[in-house]
Amino acid sequence: MEYFIELFLSGLTRGSIYALIALGYTMVYGIIQLINFAHGEIYMIGAFVAYIVCGVLTIYGFHGVSILIIAGLLAIVYSCAYGYTLEKVAYRPLRGAPRLSPLISAIGMSIFLQNYVLLAQTPDFLPFPALIPDFAFMEPIAHIIGSAELVILVTTMVTMVMLTLLIKYTKIGKAMRATQQDMSMARLVGVNVDRVISTTFIIGSALAAIGGVLVASYIGQVNFYIGFLAGVKAFTAAVLGGIGSIPGAVIGGLVLGLTESFAAGYVSSDYEDVFAFGLLVLILIMRPAGILGKATKQKV
Amino acid sequence: MSDTQKQVLLEVKGLTMDFGGLRAVDSIDLTVSAGEIAALIGPNGAGKTTFFNCVTGIYTPTGGDVLLHPQGKPTRRVNGKKPNVITTLGMARTFQNIRLFSDMTVLENVMIGRHCRTNTGLVGAILRGAAARREEQETVEFGYHLLEQVGLAEFANEYSKNLPYGAMRRLEIARAMATEPFLLLLDEPAAGMNPQETDELDALICRIRDEGKIAILLIEHDMKLVMNISDNIHVMEYGKKIATGTPQEIKDNPKVIEAYLGEEADA
Repeated sequence: MEYFIELFLSGLTRGSIYALIALGYTMVYGIIQLINFAHGEIYMIGAFVAYIVCGVLTIYGFHGVSILIIAGLLAIVYSCAYGYTLEKVAYRPLRGAPRLSPLISAIGMSIFLQNYVLLAQTPDFLPFPALIPDFAFMEPIAHIIGSAELVILVTTMVTMVMLTLLIKYTKIGKAMRATQQDMSMARLVGVNVDRVISTTFIIGSALAAIGGVLVASYIGQVNFYIGFLAGVKAFTAAVLGGIGSIPGAVIGGLVLGLTESFAAGYVSSDYEDVFAFGLLVLILIMRPAGILGKATKQKV
Repeated sequence: MSDTQKQVLLEVKGLTMDFGGLRAVDSIDLTVSAGEIAALIGPNGAGKTTFFNCVTGIYTPTGGDVLLHPQGKPTRRVNGKKPNVITTLGMARTFQNIRLFSDMTVLENVMIGRHCRTNTGLVGAILRGAAARREEQETVEFGYHLLEQVGLAEFANEYSKNLPYGAMRRLEIARAMATEPFLLLLDEPAAGMNPQETDELDALICRIRDEGKIAILLIEHDMKLVMNISDNIHVMEYGKKIATGTPQEIKDNPKVIEAYLGEEADA
C-alpha cells in the first residue's frame, strides 16, 4: 500500500509538471488554433536562465531557497520576453495565412532556439544544484514523498488555481475567453485581440518557466534538448485532455503522469512511454477530441 | 427633427468595395446625424451587409472615405482601421446572425463590451490593487444597469446560449451599447422575431436613441419596423444607392417600388 501511495504521489508530481507546460499549449491553441512547437524551448530557456542565475548568485554567497526564488523570478521574466518576441516575430506576421504556415514557423523556431542555446551555451549536460532543501518536518514521510516533490506539487497547484481565477474573474481572462470563442466578434466589441494573444503567450511562457526551474532543480541537470522531450510529453497531455480546454490540460497532464508512474513502478520503467502513448491512442479512439474536448463543427 | 442638433456623426463618401471583378458596393454616399435613426434597405444581395463590414473595419474598402465625427473630438478617417480601434472611437455594431459569446454568462458578455473603456492590464489583474477592483466593480454595476434597460437583468448569470431567441437579440444590442458608442449599427435586428418581439424592439431602439443619445443605422427587411421608426431611409440595389428620403418619400418612389416588386407590367 505504501508503495502504491509513493507511486501515486510521484505520478502526481510528474503529472502536475506536464499539466503546467500543457497549459501553455492548450491556451495558445484555444485562441489561435496553433500548436506552438517552440513552447518546450521556452521551458528549456527558463531552466537555463535559472542555471546561470544560480551560478552567479552562488558566487555572491546566496543559498538555498533565496536562490530558488530569485532564479525563478528571473527565469519567468526572461521566458516571458522570449514568448512575447516569439509570437511577435514568428506568428503575428502569419496571422491571416493558412494554418500550416505558422505551424511550420513554430517548428522552425523550435529548431532555431535549440541550436541557439546549443551554440551560445554548450551541448553538454550541466549539473543543476538542488535548490529545494530537505525540510525537517518531511522526515517521517521522506520515503514516500520528498521535499522537492512536495514543493513541485504545491507550486504547480497554486499556479493552476491562480490561472483559473485569472481566466474566470478578471478583465483579461474574459477577453481571452471571448477571443477564443469568436475572434472577429471580440474585435468588434473593442477587445484588442493582438494584445490578448500576446498576453496569452506571456502567461503560457511564465508557466513553462516555473516548470523548467522546478524540474531542473529536481532532476539536477539541464541541457539544450530538455525542452523537446518535455514539450512532446506536455503536448501529449494537452491532446489527451482535449486541446483548447484548460481543465483538460490539467487532467491530461495528471492522467499521463500517473500512468507513467504506475507503469514504471509495477511493470518496468523501460515501458512507461509505451503505456503513456498506448493510453493516448486508446483515449483518442474512444474520444477523438480528448477527455474534455468538444467535438467542433468545422465552420464553412 | 430639430435642426439645432443636426451634427453629422458618420459620413461615408463614395464607398466602393470590389471582390475580384464583382463590385459589391458602388460609390455609396451616406450620412448619419446625431439623434437620427436611419435605415438601409434593399433586396437580398444588394450589398447592405458588405457596406456595414466596410464601415466597421471588417473589410478594407477598395475606394472612398469613411469619416467619423465624434462630438467634441477631431474627425477620424477609419478606412482599413482595425475593428477594435473603430469600436473604441465610438461606433458599435451587431450582426445578422447571432454572435454572442455563448459559453459566457449574459453579464460577462456585456462586461466584455465595456472593457475597452477600462484600464486594468495583466499586472493589475494579477495584483488586484484597489483601482483594479474598483474598476471591475464599476463594470459589473454598469453591466447590470444596461441589462435592466434591455430587460435581461434577471438572466444576468445564465449562460447566453440558454437564452430565448428574442433575448439573445436584445443581449447583442446591450453588448454593443456597453462599448459606449455614439453610433450603433444594427444588422437586421428583427430577423426571426415574432410580431410582439418586433414591437418591443421598436420601442427599445427608440429608447436607445432618446435616452442613450445614440444615433442608429439599421439594416432591416421588416418594412413596418423601418417605416415606423426611421427618420431617413436609404435604398440600395445591386451595390448602388437608388434613393434616400423620409419613409413617406420612399414609399412613393417608383424606383424603390420597382426594385422590390419588379417593373410594373403593362396592363
